[in-house]
Amino acid sequence: MGKQHIIPIGPFHPLLEEPEFFKFYVEGEKVVDADVRIGYNHRGIEKLAEAKTWEQDIFLVERICGICSTSHPFAFVQAAEDVSDIEVPERAKYIRTIIGELERVHSHLLWVGLAGHFIGYNTVFMWAWKYREPVLDMFEIISGNRNHYAMFKVGGVRRDITEDQSSQLLKVLDEAEKFTKMITKAVLDDPVLHARLKGIGVLKKQDAIDLCVVGPTARPSGVAIDVRKDHPYAAYDRVPWEMIVMQEGDVFAKAAVRLLETIESVKIIRGCLKDMPKGPIDAEVREVGVGEGIGHHEAPRGEVFHYVRANGTNYPERHKIRAPSYMNVPSFKKTVIGESLADAALITASVDPCYCCTERMAVVDPDSDRVLMTGEDLIKLSQKKTEELRSRKCF
Amino acid sequence: MSIVEQIKDKFKDKVDVFVKSKRRVYVTAASREDGKEVVRYLFRELGIRMAIASGLDTRPGVEILYHMTADRDNMIVTVKVLVKKPELKMLTFTDFMPAANWIEREIHELLGVDFIGHPNLETLLLPDDWEAGVFPLRKKSFESEKEGIEREYR
Repeated sequence: MGKQHIIPIGPFHPLLEEPEFFKFYVEGEKVVDADVRIGYNHRGIEKLAEAKTWEQDIFLVERICGICSTSHPFAFVQAAEDVSDIEVPERAKYIRTIIGELERVHSHLLWVGLAGHFIGYNTVFMWAWKYREPVLDMFEIISGNRNHYAMFKVGGVRRDITEDQSSQLLKVLDEAEKFTKMITKAVLDDPVLHARLKGIGVLKKQDAIDLCVVGPTARPSGVAIDVRKDHPYAAYDRVPWEMIVMQEGDVFAKAAVRLLETIESVKIIRGCLKDMPKGPIDAEVREVGVGEGIGHHEAPRGEVFHYVRANGTNYPERHKIRAPSYMNVPSFKKTVIGESLADAALITASVDPCYCCTERMAVVDPDSDRVLMTGEDLIKLSQKKTEELRSRKCF
Repeated sequence: MSIVEQIKDKFKDKVDVFVKSKRRVYVTAASREDGKEVVRYLFRELGIRMAIASGLDTRPGVEILYHMTADRDNMIVTVKVLVKKPELKMLTFTDFMPAANWIEREIHELLGVDFIGHPNLETLLLPDDWEAGVFPLRKKSFESEKEGIEREYR
């Protein structure tokens, strides 16, 4: 005890707008302080958006994030439509909902796989990604691309979903749902996972409210907010589904919320495919108008928020983008302090920012700058703890 | 009583309320102190969470918009405060709303607004060796208006 070490983590790969750099101050195994710095891959997209037309901006904001690439265009087109209250055709609303939810399925499966890898359940990693693959293929069938679907435009969507595609989609959903249900049951029943994940990295309800965290970081802490339920848009108020809320706020609750949400997403897509009306998919909007507009969408990681000001030209006067991790990442300061180093990787992963960060973690001795541990060592440490729990049978 | 009525009732002539639609309300505060009181009232007493704040460069100053998302009422209340040039001094909201910490640092470095009382107004997005006094989100056209014909074209 006594001697403090600093663990720098990151700067990491641009999953969301903000790659972060974490510095953990540790005493022995215990994290005593945390510091975070973002901006390592600041691309100036807000400024760039002012120099591009409304049409070009949709493609620009799609490039903000590779995993939830539909979330930003979803919020942006709603902001642009909000400027002069453009009404979107019914069928387009259903297609938007399907794309948004399909993305949540693949994003949550990706998270489940990586979370499994971190705690030493590599089978989960392989399985989750196996079932994620057909979802990406489905995107390719619908939009022509596995990522960056370019489905959205102001006033509607670009491509229709045919009968043939919807029957294929139903098959993929059946498989994904079967797997998610199985893995959910396995996670909720596994005593090792209970011992490993429960009570770790707790975000208290009051802290969640003070820090204004959103999405699957807020809901496990008992803050019942979901843009899809509270501010119904697209077709979310037309199909039946439940909002998943838990009270514990620990890593276990965060994992459970994501898994249960995936099943709800499948339910939403099924409902949409069943009720989808026939008709046009585009309102043929000529211009955005003059004024201010706000659009928000519940991305896999929480609320994406876009504010635009239109001055009547073909370019937005101001375009403010806020990704969900911007609000979720500062919650580390509350969750990680007092926890052990073996859990730090898992807690940083539990809000689902980007995993590449943890690959690049290193433990450094501040006096000599000597690297004591690398990211791989930290993952091994985390996996070893699971093994120990399993062998000691202390649950 | 709806949120709009509550705001009008409490702040009377200190605010100018514009109801754009059922789901979007814009509240313009007369001064930065009033703006802080309105946001404090919304956040602490009505329990409305802050989505984000946007900074916007205009001719008279920097407009700061606090987007408050009222989840129970399906409404977004945007509180606008104009921070006048050339001082550009704004009050920090971090004392009652920790969530404002990052966005105030961001507006500080991208638009050059000074937040009085902020605990840690360091760079967040820009590199550590960024040139002082260069604010990326300021509008170039306003700067060149001041320079007039003296500006050199190449």
